[in-house]
Amino acid sequence: MKFERFGAGIIKGMTVTIRHLLRHPTVNQYPEQRLNVSRRIRGNELVWSRARCTGCATCAKACPQGAIELVTAANPANNKYEVETYRVDTGYCIQCGLCVEACPFDALFMGYSYERAKYKRGEVIQTNDELLESAERPASGYYHPEIAEKLPAQTLLVERITEKRQKK
Amino acid sequence: MAIVDLTFNSRLPMQVVPPDWPGNNYWWHWLFFTVVLIAFVLMMVMGAIYIERRGLGRMQSRLGPNRTGPFGLLQPVADAVKVLLKENIVPDSADKVVHWLAPVVAFAPVVMIFAVVPFQNGALLADLNIGILYIVAISSVSTVGVFMAGWSSGNKYSLLGAMRNMAAVVSYELPLVLSIVGVVLAAGSLSLNQIVLTQNIPFILLQPLGFLIFFAAACAEINRSPFDLMEADSEIVAGFHTEYSGMKFAMFYLVEYAEAIAMSAIITTLFLGGWRGPWLPPWLWFIIKTLIVFFVMVWTRTTLPRVRIDQLMALAWKFLLPLALINLFITAIQVLVWPQALPWLAVIINIAVMFVLVIIWSRLFRLGWGRVEV
Amino acid sequence: MTTEQLMTLKTEPFVVNIGPVHPSTHGVYRMRVTLDGEVVLDIEPVFGYLHRGIEKLAEERTYTGFIPLTDRLDYMSAMSNNLGYCLAVEKLAGIKVPERAEYLRVIIAELQRIANHCIAVGAMLNDAGAFFTPFLYLFREREKIYDLFEMLCGQRLTYNYMRIGGVGQDIPAEFLPALAKFIQKIRRFISEYEFFLKQNEILLARAKGVGVLPKELAINCGISGPVARASGIKWDLRKADPYSIYDRFEFDIPTGENGDCYDRYRVRIEEMTQSLRIIEQASKQIPGGPIRADVPHLIRPPAGEVYAHIEAPKGELGFYIVSDNSIAPYRCHVRPTSLINLAALRQMVRGWKVADLIIIFGSIDITMGEVDR
Repeated sequence: MKFERFGAGIIKGMTVTIRHLLRHPTVNQYPEQRLNVSRRIRGNELVWSRARCTGCATCAKACPQGAIELVTAANPANNKYEVETYRVDTGYCIQCGLCVEACPFDALFMGYSYERAKYKRGEVIQTNDELLESAERPASGYYHPEIAEKLPAQTLLVERITEKRQKK
Repeated sequence: MAIVDLTFNSRLPMQVVPPDWPGNNYWWHWLFFTVVLIAFVLMMVMGAIYIERRGLGRMQSRLGPNRTGPFGLLQPVADAVKVLLKENIVPDSADKVVHWLAPVVAFAPVVMIFAVVPFQNGALLADLNIGILYIVAISSVSTVGVFMAGWSSGNKYSLLGAMRNMAAVVSYELPLVLSIVGVVLAAGSLSLNQIVLTQNIPFILLQPLGFLIFFAAACAEINRSPFDLMEADSEIVAGFHTEYSGMKFAMFYLVEYAEAIAMSAIITTLFLGGWRGPWLPPWLWFIIKTLIVFFVMVWTRTTLPRVRIDQLMALAWKFLLPLALINLFITAIQVLVWPQALPWLAVIINIAVMFVLVIIWSRLFRLGWGRVEV
Repeated sequence: MTTEQLMTLKTEPFVVNIGPVHPSTHGVYRMRVTLDGEVVLDIEPVFGYLHRGIEKLAEERTYTGFIPLTDRLDYMSAMSNNLGYCLAVEKLAGIKVPERAEYLRVIIAELQRIANHCIAVGAMLNDAGAFFTPFLYLFREREKIYDLFEMLCGQRLTYNYMRIGGVGQDIPAEFLPALAKFIQKIRRFISEYEFFLKQNEILLARAKGVGVLPKELAINCGISGPVARASGIKWDLRKADPYSIYDRFEFDIPTGENGDCYDRYRVRIEEMTQSLRIIEQASKQIPGGPIRADVPHLIRPPAGEVYAHIEAPKGELGFYIVSDNSIAPYRCHVRPTSLINLAALRQMVRGWKVADLIIIFGSIDITMGEVDR
């Protein structure tokens, strides 16, 4: 192995590194600056709509992990056959989104937020009304283009960080 | 012949001021400078750690630490506190006394190097007239500390790492010292204060090849990238300081940065003109130049991959040593026959000689072995 | 002592364990290395630390439900795994994919190839000792690709985007402009990166001539992908056995000559440039239309067996599916590219030093998810 090119390659490398010193770093200071995630993000939790769900259990059949449990029962109070328990084990869920895709009544949405970690293991299993959409659990536009239009646009690295370089 | 006639810059424009600050009694001077040196080393190491982490971060297109204190300035303090609070684990099969003594033996010589480095004209602890020889001798003692650390850990991988380190340091001593001799010939004295005073033209211009060799050899001596195979996730082992934790590990960490600052300070004194400079206080120039040289070390660390151990040795013995000898030879000839009135022509000729030598020599030597038949 | 006498000093080889948890192995891979001083005599690989039983799980998931699990095989290039599996099922069931979906698949597969090579090159240089700098530069580019993929399917690593019969969702309006901007920026970045590292002497000294894989050995071991192309074998499934619509695009296949680590690095960088060519051609020609064939969610392919292979970024990734006309495959076997590429490691490494072992291992570019499945 000869020491080819007598050090010129090293000098070239060092010029590239020193140029980076003067550029804007590709960094996002997380809790103070938050980037907008994709409109179709498959976030942490599942959002369910009780109004539209008919208890057909297509989502439970589509889930590869078997994380959805659905029990329907007759409700003598208002003479309807409705969903009694809809339970999702968010720990088993791999956020694949197949359930959202499979639902024929558009009753399931992926969550939009990604900061929904829990402190207790029991809180990971969510039932019935914990799954409804709320301010802390917004719905994302995965397979729901009407929701995706209303969400803010995603920040893209190609547009946000501009390298300070002269145009050739 | 008087020693003055043999140098490039025969007229000393400034008088040497004997070290005697704040005056009348040597003991005050000694006490003051001892305190100043220890504080200086610790402060500069903290500054060095900060510059390295932020500089490394910015060159890698990210920020360095910026949460502890404004702009992350308290990060070295946080590191020190963390390391002080850790448990001090000594392995069972370790040699206790040597294990305890090794960081001390590694650290003490590094602070002692600063005793002869001039911060200002006459502002040094002791103006030894064998200054640079003292530095070369003392800096080799810290290698003994490293070897003690490797031996006393009772771990064969640490021993391996320590022996590799010793081999590398011993190999790189030769080009280091030979390039220093070039500077000594140009300045005419071994005393560091005199060397600075004779630099009307900084010696980096008069001895460019010497500077390159010294820089490479210094990086190898202090185990910095690209020669840091002794410590940075060194394939199997973590090097000689595997079995150290707590404050002893902090001492080794400190030794690495303090040696880097020491080498930067020596480079500044020998090649860049020490404390000389216009309209700022001289000690400030010294600090600025030291930090610039340290930044160049950080810059090479960011850019270059590591060399292998046999390539390291080949670089020392086959590339740097012959070049250092040739440099010495050429410097000696120039000192004898070059007329005093044309130093700038010597600068141009030396730079041209450097390019020619590096280009020619790099075609002639082979960097390390290839595959061994098994 | 003379050199001859020194060389015949009796030394004893000892076995060192480069353990499963180690900063420079690419995943949980353990090697028991027999060393003689610094020289590697032999290695014995031990893997299986990441075995999750994906092939057995395939027999319990439906055909569509298995797609998220294929993401987790070679998690560095998940879209290619999805693509391979979907191609296999479509071949078995005889499903024709619409044109727009084909073009989208090509664009995405090539983007994934660029992303994978970013990590491969970065990890290899990280093993060589360049303290994360080239790695972080390449990760910046991979972040841009993550953004594009996130725009499509909402996730950054486990995409679950391809479906049997097409792709999952249509591209949003801002995808193609962002893609054009990305292509422009990454071209400039690759040229800057070449300037940074192509002639670096230390990299040349570490990687040139190191870990040579001879051509016959590569063919005999069944090596495929950039490793084989660097050894001089001009074999790329996109040209040799074109799947999808690759025969409509114009691109070259970079090959190396010596088969050393440096050639593998060069081949990967050149492949990134060629992928950019394909993406540009595809994004200009993309037609409108449906993005998925009319396939039920619980698909029941006819009974039979099929083997479909694609040129994944790491090599030839193949899926062998046996079906018995039920909603789940009877048997699904994955031809693991990384495992087969790993077979030649022992021959490549013998006689080199420990530091070379690490860089050779990095240059083969394996992902333990695929080795262990």
